[in-house]
Amino acid sequence: MGSTVATSVIDVSKTFGQDKDQVTALDRVSVDIRENEFFTLLGPSGCGKTTLLRLIAGFEHPSGGKILLHGEEISHLPPFKRPVNTVFQSYALFPHITVSENIGFGLSMQDKPANEIKETVAAMLKLVQMESLADRRTDQISGGQQQRVALARALAPHPKVLLLDEPLSALDYKLRKEMQIELKTLQHETGITFIFVTHDQEEALTMSDRVAVMNQGRILQVGTPKEIYDHPAERFVADFIGDTNFLAADLNQSDNGRMMVTLPGGRTVETTQSDFPGAGKVNITIRPEQASLINGPSAADLSGTINNVVYSGNDTHVHVMLESDEPFVVRVQNRGAQSAQWESGQAVGIKLEPGSVQVLQD
Amino acid sequence: MNSSAPGRQLSSVERVALKRESRRNILLCTPAMIVLFFAASGPLLVMLVYSFLTPGDYGGVVYKLSSDGWFRVFFHQDIFDETVSVASAHLSIFWRSIKLSLLTTIAALILGFPTAYFIATRPVKSRNFWLFLVTIPFWTNLLIRTFAIMELIRNRGLVNNVLMKFGVIEQPIQMLYTDFAIMLGMTYVYLPLMILPLYASMEKLDFRLIEAGYDLYANRFRVLRKVIIPLVKPGIVAGSILVFIPSLGAFVTPRVLGGGKNMMLGNLIELQFGQGRNWPLGAALSISLLLIVMVAMLLYVKNMQKNKGEQN
Amino acid sequence: MLPKKRFSVRRLPGFAVIAIACFTLLYAPIMILVVYSFNAGSSIAVWEGFSWQWYSAAWDNEMVQSATFNSLVIAIQASLYATVLATMAALGTTRTKPYRGQTAIYTMINQPLMVPEIVTAVALLICFAVIKQLTDYQGLMYLVIAHTAFCIPFAYLPIRARLEGMDRALETAAADLYATPWRSFRQVTLPLMWPGILAGSMLAFVISLDDVVITEFVKSAGQDTLPTYMLGQLRRVITPEMHAISTVLLVVSVVIVSVIFILNRSKN
Repeated sequence: MGSTVATSVIDVSKTFGQDKDQVTALDRVSVDIRENEFFTLLGPSGCGKTTLLRLIAGFEHPSGGKILLHGEEISHLPPFKRPVNTVFQSYALFPHITVSENIGFGLSMQDKPANEIKETVAAMLKLVQMESLADRRTDQISGGQQQRVALARALAPHPKVLLLDEPLSALDYKLRKEMQIELKTLQHETGITFIFVTHDQEEALTMSDRVAVMNQGRILQVGTPKEIYDHPAERFVADFIGDTNFLAADLNQSDNGRMMVTLPGGRTVETTQSDFPGAGKVNITIRPEQASLINGPSAADLSGTINNVVYSGNDTHVHVMLESDEPFVVRVQNRGAQSAQWESGQAVGIKLEPGSVQVLQD
Repeated sequence: MNSSAPGRQLSSVERVALKRESRRNILLCTPAMIVLFFAASGPLLVMLVYSFLTPGDYGGVVYKLSSDGWFRVFFHQDIFDETVSVASAHLSIFWRSIKLSLLTTIAALILGFPTAYFIATRPVKSRNFWLFLVTIPFWTNLLIRTFAIMELIRNRGLVNNVLMKFGVIEQPIQMLYTDFAIMLGMTYVYLPLMILPLYASMEKLDFRLIEAGYDLYANRFRVLRKVIIPLVKPGIVAGSILVFIPSLGAFVTPRVLGGGKNMMLGNLIELQFGQGRNWPLGAALSISLLLIVMVAMLLYVKNMQKNKGEQN
Repeated sequence: MLPKKRFSVRRLPGFAVIAIACFTLLYAPIMILVVYSFNAGSSIAVWEGFSWQWYSAAWDNEMVQSATFNSLVIAIQASLYATVLATMAALGTTRTKPYRGQTAIYTMINQPLMVPEIVTAVALLICFAVIKQLTDYQGLMYLVIAHTAFCIPFAYLPIRARLEGMDRALETAAADLYATPWRSFRQVTLPLMWPGILAGSMLAFVISLDDVVITEFVKSAGQDTLPTYMLGQLRRVITPEMHAISTVLLVVSVVIVSVIFILNRSKN
């Protein structure tokens, strides 16, 4: 992957409203988005992800900070002078013109010659498999088709960066899955940088090269999907992405310089993490699928009593109340009779996989 | 948060964008504002000034301050012995205007309420058609509609003719040029103004509440009184004010149906600019009318705001 | 034997009867007027057979001709100007952050709807009398300006409604696709708001065509429009010619309002 920076967001803030009604949507956010990457802004609604996208597109004006595109500041440019295009959440297709006219709109606004527009539009129609509906009006086609037209329209001027604002949220589950793969393929084929906004963590993990997790106007963590999932830096990130267990623990350095975590109950496990909040009381997180249940406490890292067994198709979630009075969930794959042996009231031990303990920053 | 201080500083890009937008808005509104100022608001101010000037002998004014116009709204000075008495002629016209407007409002409410309810209980698809039937007369010429009423009720009009033919009466009833005629005409021309807001609030009526009313042993009359009317009260108030205001300022209907004698405020005002030749008095009367209308309008706005507050 | 009518929650006794009576009241007088415009006799109460004579009488009446001409000249100009002004004002007052002076602008625009027409009429009479004295100009322009002013709110309302119902993202998308503000307006905003503009202009035309009170007070001698001509005639002996003129005006209004109704429906 090329490591040239496509878009730099430097110390950007955005505040809406005045005085008492003031809302801070972005609080001094900085992030570099590389060329040719599929970059996702992930977070709950109201976290500022869409605002950041609209700032890059030029629909809003930053209250502070700078936005660079290939090293050039664009904060003062109006949207129609930025080589950046957007796929809108509502698609925002022009209802008074046809599908091909929609796709050619950007090019004709750039005063490109007619035959070039025609060629590009044809290529785009082919790319999104909409050739047969070229002369339809946009209110006469289905939601999935509108989605493709919106994509083709934004890609037609061949922007340096393509911004996608929750473009799949209006589609039903099956279509959404299909489009996820198509989008990913499209990004590879065109080589355009995609900045994708979503609140769906699964979507973010499957599609992205890198993900930025946002909450309350700040970026909490930037990394590959695997980094984010396996090594969440903060409680919010761990909680927002996938199911997880939280425990209080002690962190200290052993004689040979290794970092050891003392679990509730007294057992210690090593952690291979390199960034620590410092020794002492810490919060740790353990994914439910990285723990397993065993009989008897001898080899167990944690022990407790099962208080609920919840069957959910692929696997079974076993809810354990630890001796330290903290809840802990273990996910047991439903293979053979493995899950059948666990029942409420049973005393069990929990074995953790090596490297499963993640120390949180907060 | 870095910017919790009140009156935060806008960044330069934000300021430029805001300035550009507000300049654009002002520029777009200016031409309309100029025309409206020149031919709607401005003249009202000029008229206010005129109400304090001295009447000219042949209409118009003499540019000399005088309270004569306002004085004559309420008092009458005898030409010969200069004794001052209450201007009973004016006051009775004020009273007639208010009385006829109130009666018109009540008549329109009695007719309009069932009609609006009828429309609101039609199937959704046909409701628009019924509404359209209400709107059509509203957008047709008021003078023509008044004229239509005039033709019906005149002494040799259709109503009297039919009544005489069937022997109900022997002599035609004098209906034209009476207060009744004015009231009938105003009810006729302003009825859509009652039905439309009533319908608007009835359309939102939750019929499960009416079912609950019947379920709790209320009979039809009680459901109407205790459930429906309280729920659509905002529509009743809105419709009543929308009928009352134009009735009070009516000019064409009383002139055509009331003849020369049964004047309302609008006709009294006209008189001052015609045969009366007392422009300051006319201006003062106009402003009085405007003030009464403003009070009614204020009630209307209050009512609207209260509803909005209740809905939130 | 059939059981009694089933109980319906929605029905209230007598309401349907009053409603039908109400619709009859709304339409019967107009209908009778229209029917008698085709009466062969000059009576307004006795039917003497079908005839077009009153229409041709009105057509040949020079007073009616000049009044019609005045009405059309004023209504066409006033609705055109009012529509342009209202379109601009609607663009300047909708879909924007609230700004200082916005309430004042709303009040100004709606003023002709709130102030009794007779009050505006005499206020204009006073003002224009001064101007007429100063400039010696007696033409139709006074009427055109007065009509433009009170037509503005009528043109403004449907245009504004149309704009408010429009997806803001469409213009954002146009800007995103390299359209300058002007081109975005020409290619996206204007075509989308066109039905509103059309409805607004037609409404303004009807309102101007039907105006009696303001015209009556502002007009100079010989500037009668159809409604003021009729108002003058109503004081004299009424011939069925009045019915013919009324019918024509009614038909014009009904046709235009129907078109507006259809325009609005196709929007949804």
